[in-house]
Amino acid sequence: MTMAQIQSAPTETRHAPAPAVFELIEVEQVFAVPKPGRGLLSRDTVGLRALDGVRLTVRQGASIALVGESGSGKSTLLRVLLGLDAPSGGRALYRGKPIREARAHGTAFARDVAMVYQDARGSLDPRMTVGQLIAEPLRHFGIVPKSGEAARVAELIDRVGLPRDAANRYPSGLSGGQVRRVAIARALASEPSVLVADEAVSGLDVSTQAQLLTLLQGLQRDMGLTLVFITHDLGVASYLCEEIAIMYLGRIVETGPTDAVLEAPAHPYSAALRAAAPQFFEPIPEPLPGEIPSPLDLPKGCRFSSRCPAARDDCRLRDPQLGALDAGRAVACLHPLTSKGAQTPEIR
Amino acid sequence: MNDMTSHPVTTQDAAEPILRLEGLTVHRGAAKILDRVSLSLGRGETLALVGESGAGKSTIATALMRLLDGARVEGRAELDGAGDLLALPERRMVRLRGSRLSMIFQDAGSALNPSYTVGRQLTTTLRRTLGLSRAEARAKAVELFTSVGINDPDGRMSAFPHQLSGGMQQRVMVAIALAGNPDLLLADEPTSALDVTIQAQIVRLILAQTRARGASCIFVLHDLALASQSCDRIVVLYAGQVVESGPSREVLERSRHPYTRQLKSCVLEIGSKDLTAPEGTVPPHSEMPVGCRFATRCPRALPRCAGEAPPLVPARDDATGPLDHQFACWNPE
Ligand SMILES: Nc1ncnc2c1ncn2[C@@H]1O[C@H](COP(=O)(O)OP(=O)(O)OP(=O)(O)O)[C@@H](O)[C@H]1O
Ligand SMILES: Nc1ncnc2c1ncn2[C@@H]1O[C@H](COP(=O)(O)OP(=O)(O)O)[C@@H](O)[C@H]1O
Ligand code: SF4
Ligand code: SF4
Ligand SMILES: [Mg+2]
Ligand SMILES: [Mg+2]
Repeated sequence: MTMAQIQSAPTETRHAPAPAVFELIEVEQVFAVPKPGRGLLSRDTVGLRALDGVRLTVRQGASIALVGESGSGKSTLLRVLLGLDAPSGGRALYRGKPIREARAHGTAFARDVAMVYQDARGSLDPRMTVGQLIAEPLRHFGIVPKSGEAARVAELIDRVGLPRDAANRYPSGLSGGQVRRVAIARALASEPSVLVADEAVSGLDVSTQAQLLTLLQGLQRDMGLTLVFITHDLGVASYLCEEIAIMYLGRIVETGPTDAVLEAPAHPYSAALRAAAPQFFEPIPEPLPGEIPSPLDLPKGCRFSSRCPAARDDCRLRDPQLGALDAGRAVACLHPLTSKGAQTPEIR
Repeated sequence: MNDMTSHPVTTQDAAEPILRLEGLTVHRGAAKILDRVSLSLGRGETLALVGESGAGKSTIATALMRLLDGARVEGRAELDGAGDLLALPERRMVRLRGSRLSMIFQDAGSALNPSYTVGRQLTTTLRRTLGLSRAEARAKAVELFTSVGINDPDGRMSAFPHQLSGGMQQRVMVAIALAGNPDLLLADEPTSALDVTIQAQIVRLILAQTRARGASCIFVLHDLALASQSCDRIVVLYAGQVVESGPSREVLERSRHPYTRQLKSCVLEIGSKDLTAPEGTVPPHSEMPVGCRFATRCPRALPRCAGEAPPLVPARDDATGPLDHQFACWNPE
């Protein structure tokens, strides 16, 4: 069996939208952290809202980029999607069932949803060869009989563009780009339909990054993979992902088709991110004032109001929720930048 | 230089560069990590060093600071008025570091000492480089923190590095690097660990501060677009050699070296949907071609390329000096 046969593209009827793989409904994630000013061991804790009312639907075959400053909650959101953490509020569903439940029952969830970690080298056992590392998930999920294992490992090595002799090498003898390819091969071994990646191409050279991005795009297209991709590079998001979700301080503040959102951002924070992305020979624009506030000390009203160039008086009183804009777009802002067809977002 | 009207550098500055680096070669064991790297930096100019990981960008900056360990270094690095940085006795280098040239590292978190407050780290530098008293140093430190955009500078003086965000730590590093009023600043990927909005803040800060002081700056950058936005000139390195250099616009818009073109084609601009990934990787030092080091991956390679090293030549007939557009290739674009 070839990889293409294993991963038949999702069957899609022409008119109905593809079924949702993940649905996050008003997801909250609150961590108990020591009160500021107290020691790490202090028992005085406060709740840190790492996720605050997150709404997101990931449909079968979609490719979606999660974008936002560090600390905005991207990794926390991934942990919820993967069922590693239960959300402290709201509902997180995988094909209609609570993710934690799906994960607890059998291996189907773990097989179907694969993860590529940011620290690829750290996620690989340095004492195992590349071949052993890729065979491990094959065996764990009973994907092929023992006799077929070597051939499947070779196929996966080929699929991710590693040299043939890589099977006998150790991670320490591989470059950063090659190590990420091993991590991708391991993720593909269980024949998942969903690939979740946290900064999978950051910190690499542009040429290595380009090689991995064309690989991932090919995989997505040929195998019909659903892709959830964390990045802080808008160029990467726009190349690889049809949809984008922009996060700020624990909330998704804008979602929609990547091209439409980046062409005409509706949320002032999306506009600021867009403007800050490097562009050939353009002057570096005036950046946003100040730093991202502490999630322990959120501004009143809209959480972006302390830095928002478009803030008005009511922004400090009302907390805008993610509400429909138009054409598959949604924004959490009282005064969105694209006025066309804007509905009044719900107010908490 | 007709394209460069918006930039402060004129051809006249070329006459007296602040830094003239010639034939910098660095050996580590059998490997030649840098191979006859030459470059000049005009006064008040910003220059970007770009190239893949392992190309030798940090090695150049570290060699200029004379902080390279366990390597054999050849060549000359003439810093205006100070002599050859590569040959000065260490006691003179100690005095130059911080006062004539200083360096900002990629990872501010680990460049700062975790056991001292950031205020103490800044005042120590101020007292050493400017010979200030304790009280003077403190006043000056508060002033510097303000100028690099740190809110509540008095309060932040007593913060330890881990209590600050990555962006704030990098601002502290900028303040420390500028403390002794150096006229050459080396910034090694000062923003690659930061988010885009913070990155824009820090790059603007470094440019504004160096311009206000008339200082020159060498930026090590991964991002060609960011280099075009922030630097007057660009030097492209491949496997330890300069393959192309010159005014940013000429290097990027009239690239002659196939490697420069390849680097450019990997930049993803927002909205761009096609990307052709280059083949292969940089060969290990043990397998480096004796001629053009790019020969193993070059789409334009000729039979002579792998055996004969191409010299750097001017891109235009009317070139006048080392600041003009140059490239090293037998079969240029
Ligand atoms: N301490 C060291 N010991 C041995 N080799 C080293 C050492 N430091 C650097 N090298 C080698 O020297 C070459 C140049 O490294 P350098 O760090 O200057 O590259 P760079 O261009 O700054 O790369 P990056 O973009 O990854 O920072 C590489 O081949 C690297 O492996
Ligand atoms: N296990 C945890 N305990 C306490 N706080 C946490 C924990 N994980 C994340 N946080 C906090 O939650 C917020 C979001 O973090 P994270 O999801 O890692 O953001 P991102 O991935 O976007 O950088 C941050 O303020 C972070 O410090
Ligand atoms: S609600 Fe107001 S403060 Fe918030 S993003 Fe919109 S305009 Fe800015
Ligand atoms: S010298 Fe030859 S191999 Fe090297 S870049 Fe030019 S054409 Fe390519
Ligand atoms: Mg993260
Ligand atoms: Mg480096």
